[in-house]
Amino acid sequence: MLNYIIRRIGYLFVTLIFVCIIGFVIIELPPGSYLEFEIQRIRLLGGDLGQDQIRALEIQYGVGDPFPVKFWKWISRFVQGDFGESFEYNMPARTLVFARLPFTIIISVLTLVFSWTISIFVGVYSATHRRTVLDYTITTLQFIGLSVPAFLLALVIMVFAQRTLGLHVSGLYSDQYINAPWSWDKFVDLLKHIWVPIVVIGANNTAWLSRVMRSNLLDVLGMQYVQTARSKGLLERRVIWKHAVRNALHPLVMVLGMSLPQIISGETIVAIVLNLPTTGPLYFRALLQQDMYLAASFLMMLAVMLLIGNLFADILLAWLDPRIRFE
Amino acid sequence: MTEAVPTLPREELIAEPVSEVGLMSQWKLMALRFRRNKLAMIGLVGLVVMYIIMALAPFLSPNNYLFQNQDYVSGPPTPIVFRDAQGNFTLRPHAIAISTELDPVAFKFVYARDDEIRHPIKLFVRGDAYSMLGFVKSDLHLFGIEGGARLYPFGADPLGRDMMARVLQGGQISMTIGLVGVAMSIIFGSILGTASGYYGGIVDDIMQRLIEIIASFPTVPLWAALAAALPTTSSTFTPLHRYFLITVILSLVNWTGLARQLRAKVMSYSNSDFTMAALAAGASDARIIFIHMLPNAASHIIVVAALAIPGMILGETSLSFLGLGILPPLVSWGALLKDAQQVSVVIQQPWLIIPGIAVVITVLFFSFLGDGLRDAVDPYSI
Amino acid sequence: MAEKTANGQPPVLSVRDLKTYFYTDLGVSRALNGVNFDVPYGKVMGLVGESGCGKSVTSLSIMRLVPKPGKIVQGSIVYNSGKRVNGQYQVAKAIEMTRLEDNGPEVRAIRGRDMAMIFQEPMTSLNPSYTVGNQVAETIILHQEVSRAEAMNRAIEIVGRVGLANPQDIVKRYPHELSGGMRQRAMVALALSCRPTILFADEPTTALDVTTEAQILDLMRELQDEMGMTIVFITHNLGVVAQICDAVGVMYLGRIVELADVDSIFYDPKHPYTAALLRSIPHVGSRTKARLAPIRGVVPDPYTTISGCPFHPRCDSFMPGVCDAAAPARHDLGDGHIVRCFLYSDEVEVEDNGK
Repeated sequence: MLNYIIRRIGYLFVTLIFVCIIGFVIIELPPGSYLEFEIQRIRLLGGDLGQDQIRALEIQYGVGDPFPVKFWKWISRFVQGDFGESFEYNMPARTLVFARLPFTIIISVLTLVFSWTISIFVGVYSATHRRTVLDYTITTLQFIGLSVPAFLLALVIMVFAQRTLGLHVSGLYSDQYINAPWSWDKFVDLLKHIWVPIVVIGANNTAWLSRVMRSNLLDVLGMQYVQTARSKGLLERRVIWKHAVRNALHPLVMVLGMSLPQIISGETIVAIVLNLPTTGPLYFRALLQQDMYLAASFLMMLAVMLLIGNLFADILLAWLDPRIRFE
Repeated sequence: MTEAVPTLPREELIAEPVSEVGLMSQWKLMALRFRRNKLAMIGLVGLVVMYIIMALAPFLSPNNYLFQNQDYVSGPPTPIVFRDAQGNFTLRPHAIAISTELDPVAFKFVYARDDEIRHPIKLFVRGDAYSMLGFVKSDLHLFGIEGGARLYPFGADPLGRDMMARVLQGGQISMTIGLVGVAMSIIFGSILGTASGYYGGIVDDIMQRLIEIIASFPTVPLWAALAAALPTTSSTFTPLHRYFLITVILSLVNWTGLARQLRAKVMSYSNSDFTMAALAAGASDARIIFIHMLPNAASHIIVVAALAIPGMILGETSLSFLGLGILPPLVSWGALLKDAQQVSVVIQQPWLIIPGIAVVITVLFFSFLGDGLRDAVDPYSI
Repeated sequence: MAEKTANGQPPVLSVRDLKTYFYTDLGVSRALNGVNFDVPYGKVMGLVGESGCGKSVTSLSIMRLVPKPGKIVQGSIVYNSGKRVNGQYQVAKAIEMTRLEDNGPEVRAIRGRDMAMIFQEPMTSLNPSYTVGNQVAETIILHQEVSRAEAMNRAIEIVGRVGLANPQDIVKRYPHELSGGMRQRAMVALALSCRPTILFADEPTTALDVTTEAQILDLMRELQDEMGMTIVFITHNLGVVAQICDAVGVMYLGRIVELADVDSIFYDPKHPYTAALLRSIPHVGSRTKARLAPIRGVVPDPYTTISGCPFHPRCDSFMPGVCDAAAPARHDLGDGHIVRCFLYSDEVEVEDNGK
């Protein structure tokens, strides 16, 4: 088991290197550098940068250098924690990224847990109670969850909440708590708000996952060992949960790797509609404004989050399925 | 002790009755199963109808989608009643006129129903000129109001453009981008997936790593980054170029799913007996791949493709919603939804959500279709 | 009311007129269409037939394990539960299996403890996620009031008894670490862990090579003698039947067409189907140039209904007007040798409302 973990971590680092390369390519893709952009903007406003300043900045960001050199300069600074400067906010990109990252992680993890727990139960229920009214209802809800884009769902929920319930559910806190120190009331307020992003982001994932779970369980229920278990005289409930579900979880954990990117993706868009203090809104704005170092830093951190998440998923899979450990 | 068991000459024996099920070919069986699935048929028929509607978009809407009506900025949907100006019930629908007044204090338009004036809605009216599908030029609309007044069944957007026309026109892009993107994914994914599964070894390793790397990036942020890198619209980079490159970007991430599936299939086929038999008979690699493996995997490919289309449509919608996808003057449903980002706006002008409903319906139909195909293709489930 | 069977013991199972149908989208499949037989205590009863004749469904029906969309629509299955006293099987209770609640406590008490089943595919019969020991002990814990530790001890004991070397090591292993033959032995251990009265063996050696097959068959005979167990052995392989069975029921399309002791079946087959089956086996010593004699035609698919005797389209002794008009009833030729064929009796099967 330990061997397996060490091997996976090794893979992680190799993949990380490539991820860095691709991330960097993406920074460099847009034609023209922000530096030129910025210089023009300053000139338009009437100011100017001295030649020395320009040259210093050019050297620092390696504007004239060949590609591999640029990459080296950037990556050596990146691993030391210098993610470059956000041109728009005039701050180190790192400050901005780390200010927003914790909430992204929290919301993503909560959504993952919520989505998975519900999916497993719903999936098992709909597999064992096929063709009942509740099964058809669940199927309908699943189709809705799969077809409605997350941001649309967020909008609809918010409109509904505001018109019918008179609630303002955008953001993570009500106005009075935003800058207040931590207290029990603030925590309760947070809970009142956080269910919206979790439900909205998790809807698509839950719908799809519960269908996969249902289909996996149906496959497993057709397996011989389930009949063996029944022939022993076990309670049906035990047959399903101890024997069948355990094996149906394997392919499910394999797609855990697909849940994470979906959740993070969804979170970035929904954050715009719901006005959440996470990476999403800032990231897209940076892209639109061609604030490339900020954008790239966000993208890289999201990718790193994903890789770590996948590592956990692989370890979980190995723990669940003894066959994988011996590969 | 045993009597000789008497026998009859062979010709006099009766052929045994065989039920039809055992006789059908694989494809006929699949088609039969598919047709029996009501949801799948609803999806199929619904999609065909929608594609026809989108193709005929300019004809079916009462106004041209680009025309900006300064007098009807953010106007509500035209109320339609079945009573004429005299108040008598009639089968012909009538549109109630909306009067426009500028409120000088808040400096925005206020709309009020003017029940006195009712315009009859007629079929086949002459209205704005258009060019349908690029080559049919006409000014005939399926329905509309004659004379100067205009009909806005879905209301108007903040620039006074007819929402119905825009939704129908936007459908042309939103509904085709999925198909084109998936087609690209299929080609790219099949080739790489098959090569990887068949040849194994280094080729497989490289492909696996590549897929893992791509999968390490969250989809929408990656798409956004690539889309942001596209050049701005200019004379050399037309909106159509942009459309095409957006499709490429969307399929760039999507092909991995198909490639992975196909690789698994090909690997399992490689170990199967019919491949061994073909090899033993002297078949070349190409022959084995194209004549033996791919037809077996074909049904699987179709299913995966059908199920990938909703993802593409949602992807384009999200990108355009963010302002990174389809840009004006082209319209897509996502681009239309860009106007509906604020809750306050949506509460006041709920008709701006209509493109979202169109997305949901389309994705729903594709999901039914894909599900139906998947069930039809699996011969062993009851 | 347990009548005595040929060996003077009361039958441990009495099946009468059992009909099990499967209701699918493609139609109704009449898997069992009136099955009648008694299983004598302490013997090996074989059920033979081609694929699709209903032999597996018979044992599943008895253990109430028929999967949906299957249903027992008619018939009676009486399990005479009891124990062996001084060499004689004494019936304590007669249980009507068909009337027990689906998956209810009575059925579950019988499964594993009184009746057990081993299946054809050792690869998939054991749960890949749990150790062998865990799965064998599970049955023991379920039916016997013992601690986990004691259950594991008994598991080790039975695993050793089925011929697996190093049982303490085996119980810690996962199924995928064992070979096919070992897995099948583990399955036997699992089935026998509570010393059931009846063991259903559904093609247990079909997926194994002949050497392993011989070993498993020997094992089953040993354990049967030791535990006084009754075995219902399902197979399509007449060679295995000859090796291990005491009585044989030949099945075709959901009915038993001939039922007799093993010698009568092999040396004095009465039903044309049985005779044809025996003729179709190639045997050592036959003239090398002789053609094999397969049975003409194919087994019809279970969704069709055939008028009259189900075998008549393939039967060399077909009598037009008789065999296609009505189905023959069970006829006892004496000594418990039962046939369903118009060659031996004119009695016609009475159709009842189970159709």
